Amino acid sequence: MEHIVSLKDIVVNFDGEQILNHINLDIKDKEFVTLLGPSGCGKTTTLRIIGGFLEPDSGVITFEGKKINGLPAYKRNVNTVFQRYALFPHLNVYENIAFGLHVKKLPEREIRKRVGEMLDLVNLRGYEKRNISRLSGGQQQRVAIARALVNRPKVLLLDEPLGALDLKLRKEMQIELKRIQQSLEITFIYVTHDQEEALTMSDTVVVMNQGNIQQIGTPVDIYNEPENAFVADFIGESNIIPGIMLKDCLVEISGREFVCVDKGFGNNTPVDVVIRPEDITLVPTEDAKLSGVVTSVTFKGVHYEMVVEAYDYQWLIQSTRSAELGSAVGISFGPDDIHIMHKMKG
Amino acid sequence: MKQKLLAAPYLVWMAVFVIVPLIMVAYFAFFDSDGNFTLQYVADVAQYSNIFVRSVWLAALATVICLVLSYPLAYILAKMDTKVQSTMLMIVILPMWMNFLLRTYAWMTLLGNEGIINTLLGYIGLGPFKMLNTQGAVVLGMVYDYIPYMILPLYTVMTKIDKSVLEAANDLGCNSFKTLIKVVLPLSLPGIMSGITMVFVPAISTFIISRMLGGGSNLLIGDLIEMQFLGNSYNPNLGASISLVLMVIILLIMTLMNQFDVDDDRVLM
Repeated sequence: MEHIVSLKDIVVNFDGEQILNHINLDIKDKEFVTLLGPSGCGKTTTLRIIGGFLEPDSGVITFEGKKINGLPAYKRNVNTVFQRYALFPHLNVYENIAFGLHVKKLPEREIRKRVGEMLDLVNLRGYEKRNISRLSGGQQQRVAIARALVNRPKVLLLDEPLGALDLKLRKEMQIELKRIQQSLEITFIYVTHDQEEALTMSDTVVVMNQGNIQQIGTPVDIYNEPENAFVADFIGESNIIPGIMLKDCLVEISGREFVCVDKGFGNNTPVDVVIRPEDITLVPTEDAKLSGVVTSVTFKGVHYEMVVEAYDYQWLIQSTRSAELGSAVGISFGPDDIHIMHKMKG
Repeated sequence: MKQKLLAAPYLVWMAVFVIVPLIMVAYFAFFDSDGNFTLQYVADVAQYSNIFVRSVWLAALATVICLVLSYPLAYILAKMDTKVQSTMLMIVILPMWMNFLLRTYAWMTLLGNEGIINTLLGYIGLGPFKMLNTQGAVVLGMVYDYIPYMILPLYTVMTKIDKSVLEAANDLGCNSFKTLIKVVLPLSLPGIMSGITMVFVPAISTFIISRMLGGGSNLLIGDLIEMQFLGNSYNPNLGASISLVLMVIILLIMTLMNQFDVDDDRVLM
């Protein structure tokens, strides 16, 4: 499949600090790709390199197979939705959306038609004359998206566009963005630190940390098969327990042996074991290999979140049934629920 | 209640030093020494219309030159490293620490027929050029003395422009020049307005610059007013009416200027 954007061995340093450490990334056409990671991981820097706002210290960036290093932002066929929208305060909604088309000197009739289409797309019909400062955060967000999309870019870059919105609006906009991306059939490159947002919208998730790509995969892969403890910890909540891979399909956790499905780690290798809190069930102590004492119970709406202390490790457990605080319980999980990872370097 | 109490000293100040003097100016302009109402003094102002025209013209010219010189400087300044910015600002403000008269005197010694510039030009066989006692010298003096008042408001408004808005313009197809015209210029309009006001108003009413650099032949309104109070043709009534007319002219010009700036939201951004 054709790659629309490729980053090859990209390095960026600021003030002697390495922001991007030899990044390699291929982005397929018409895909919704999310760069996910904590703040300072280099995800926004990566986006700015694609947008043309930052030149990498070394490495090659290609767009539709052509090298675009040094090409200024205004000559690239990509558009950006900025973090705090960056709308033009001196222009109204219509003029903001039409800005790019006016710069390209399109005929006024064509501009009116295309801005109209965009207003329909983001549900802002009737707001044309509205001043930007009189719009809500969600509406400003829609204007920013329309202003970028009206130029019909091949790739839309979005830099944490939903960060300033409240939870309910954010969920609505997530669905909206996915709908827009699918109806226009263009590539979205989306930056966020919100793992749930990434899992909801993306075709591909790129997990980043400290200037390195940790894992690239579908949301399901990233969630179910995290490649290392960082990814497991960052995506959803998880129990990461040190263990020893005794042989293929057999792992030792807290001195007990468990059957698992992972292979190829060698014999007697120290590993990290990931078990998702929702995969653990609480059973009577006599039915479980591991047991401990409930030290905390928190009601979370859909489920209870409990902490069970067993063999020096605090197990996080999510269940729709609560256990009594201070009671002894058994911890149980199946072979499929155990994910084995290589120990993190360093 | 407490707020009102805090405002009281300022209200007294305003009343004593602003309102009362204004009423006195108006009184002198409209009543003769016997206390009879008359429009004669205001009518007399008309005979000085050529001086009014010259003052408005020279002040406007100085203001435009200040704007043209300051705008690129402020734009570059606002883009600079923060540390460099404060140093550069210091250099802009530094001449203001020196006495106004001294600065204007300095220009006299530079521009005079036997001044430094003409002497230097003489060495290479040029000149001497008549530079002092010309309208050009007056405009130069105005520009030199008032340009910081143009640079500072422009600089302030430009530092407040969100960098990401400029990036957005870039993203939407604008090169640096188009970004300047389509985004920076409209967003810096409030700074342009206050800069124009702060240069034009003192420039139109100055008297010392025209006296020192313009010689006797380039009288401005300020000189005219001064003569009515301190000169041989002592006539405070005429002086008051000239001042009043000047105030009305400035008010009219400023109102006209503000028409370009109708949208209040822009100023607030």
